Amino acid sequence: MKPRTIIEKIWDNHIVSERPGAPALLYIDLHLVHEVTSPQAFHGLRARGLKVRRPDLTIATTDHSTPTTPRSFPIIDKVAAAQVARLEASCKEFGIRCFGLSSEQQGIVHVIGPELGLTQPGMTVVCGDSHTATHGAFGALAFGIGTTEVEHVLATQCLLQNRSKTYEVRVDGALKPGITAKDIILSLIARIGIGGGTGCVFEYCGSAIRALSMEERMTVCNMSIEAGARAGLVAPDDTTYQYVCGRPYTAKGHAWDSAVAGWRKLPTDDGAQFDKSIRIEAAALEPMITFGTNPGMGIPITAMVPNPGDITDPLERDSLAKALRYMDLAPGKPLLGHPVDVVFIGSCTNSRISDLRNAAKILKGRKVHSGVRVMVVPGSMQVKAQAQAEGLDQIFRDAGADWREAGCSMCIAMNGDQLQPGEYSVSTSNRNFEGRQGKGGRTFLASPLTAAASAITGVVTDVRTMLQ
Amino acid sequence: MTKFTAFESHLVPFPIDNLDTDQIIPARFLKTISKEGLGDQLFYDWRYDADGKPKPDFILNRPEAKTSKILLAGDNFGCGSSREHAPWALLQYGFRAVISTSFADIFRGNSLKNSLLPIVVPHDVHAELFGNPNVTVKVDLAAQTLTLPGGRTVQFPVDAFAKHCLVEGIDELGYILQQAPAIAIFEAAHPALINTAA
Repeated sequence: MKPRTIIEKIWDNHIVSERPGAPALLYIDLHLVHEVTSPQAFHGLRARGLKVRRPDLTIATTDHSTPTTPRSFPIIDKVAAAQVARLEASCKEFGIRCFGLSSEQQGIVHVIGPELGLTQPGMTVVCGDSHTATHGAFGALAFGIGTTEVEHVLATQCLLQNRSKTYEVRVDGALKPGITAKDIILSLIARIGIGGGTGCVFEYCGSAIRALSMEERMTVCNMSIEAGARAGLVAPDDTTYQYVCGRPYTAKGHAWDSAVAGWRKLPTDDGAQFDKSIRIEAAALEPMITFGTNPGMGIPITAMVPNPGDITDPLERDSLAKALRYMDLAPGKPLLGHPVDVVFIGSCTNSRISDLRNAAKILKGRKVHSGVRVMVVPGSMQVKAQAQAEGLDQIFRDAGADWREAGCSMCIAMNGDQLQPGEYSVSTSNRNFEGRQGKGGRTFLASPLTAAASAITGVVTDVRTMLQ
Repeated sequence: MTKFTAFESHLVPFPIDNLDTDQIIPARFLKTISKEGLGDQLFYDWRYDADGKPKPDFILNRPEAKTSKILLAGDNFGCGSSREHAPWALLQYGFRAVISTSFADIFRGNSLKNSLLPIVVPHDVHAELFGNPNVTVKVDLAAQTLTLPGGRTVQFPVDAFAKHCLVEGIDELGYILQQAPAIAIFEAAHPALINTAA
């Protein structure tokens, strides 16, 4: 048999049918549902008199329009309250388990799937959310879909899909202190651009990827979409099996052993060909930060903001100039030392327990700079409980940060958490588009370490200066 | 689904690369549970001032834009979030096609499922159109051609199945539902690894 990549293996394992002149019909093992991209899909089912084919492979939670204020408070925004209520009602109507606002399992959809053991190697995972690639960390083929496709999956557990190209992202060597998974992915996006992975699925491999924990792998895979790739994955290994084993929804006993035996066949065969590939030297990476209005506009933290005058392509030059105008930044100047109004630590990229531990390591025994608003938002209620059991919440509160309930929060700014016009934020989230974190707000994307360091100093800071 | 027929229109030029779906429709408008009423929110933060009044200079507020069916966009249009509200808003404004050199994957798929046609043209044609946007072009999906002034035609690629569905007015979900027997056979051969049932 021709050597295959893990991407091709998972694809081949899920083909229900392939008819000439049509895309393959692909079976979906896990469908994650949230309040924002599902109401019109449920409406479509009702209009056709259809049921949900596999409620047992479907799970729902509220995260996007969900406030991160104490759960005892009502949702003040009536439109958001109606949307959250609609999800819970639709789930009840169609027999889907929903971890709603009162649930101890509630959280960002891409945090709770892995946490509950729902995300497993070799699966196909979809969600009406572009950051579904997060689940690729487990060696799953996981990608975001639109609402029409949400309806297709609810009704049939299948999707019509064309095969993607395969793209090998090899990261070799060891990361230096202060450099994290976030810096790997921001560096990749800066190198290939936000359309660099269009039409492709990434396989992240190499010794630096192997050395990452599951949570770090999730951070890397999460932002695959910011390079244009619909999905990105890491082949499963013992790190994966150790993480998955014993979680609420994973197989036990003999069923577990046989599942692991199957998963061990997933990694890419020797000699398999990728359509594209890139190699990154981990030891050469610095902390990364974005300066512009898309995630590809990133630089090592010690570098200067680029100059539009150096770019020959007119549209590209105009895009950069427009981004710098929006960000009110001067070309050729460093970002280091630039004042910061807000620090946001959270989102499906960086809200897991290890992210919070990293931030706490920097904040412990220090005070947030006067005038800086710092929000720490755990990715799930379980992450919140774990952080509180470790006393991290106290470290955050003592430093002067705001410790909140689980949700997407200021990553998407549709839940009350947002920047004011003109404010600068160092954010651990995934998008710095104009207005993404609030109309007129300006976002510098970075790691939890960089965010925490900047919270202390009140300016963009190289965390390595605080690690001695 | 209505059949996608050929049409002519002048263009609305929007010369910005990497336009993301957060710009096409900001997230705060995604709290709706309906597909309707999104046309007025298209490019909201660029289109209206702080008081919610239309900015007269913004291209979508000009009278000629309101009668156009084609947005002429920059490279990598529709990147970012998977929100299908983006094509819904473009359609409800009045667009039936977007011309660019490339589209983000999820946006392209979402558009095709809603009869908003993403048309990929070569860089020279793209530059030529931006150089002289005050022209009327003809879009013929069945022939996969864009007819430029003077009668020159440019072929554009489109997924064969998506084209078939659009031209014939075929609903994709109906097509998948017809394959229920094949889905049942697959399920019988592949026991699920999880069970989320209440």
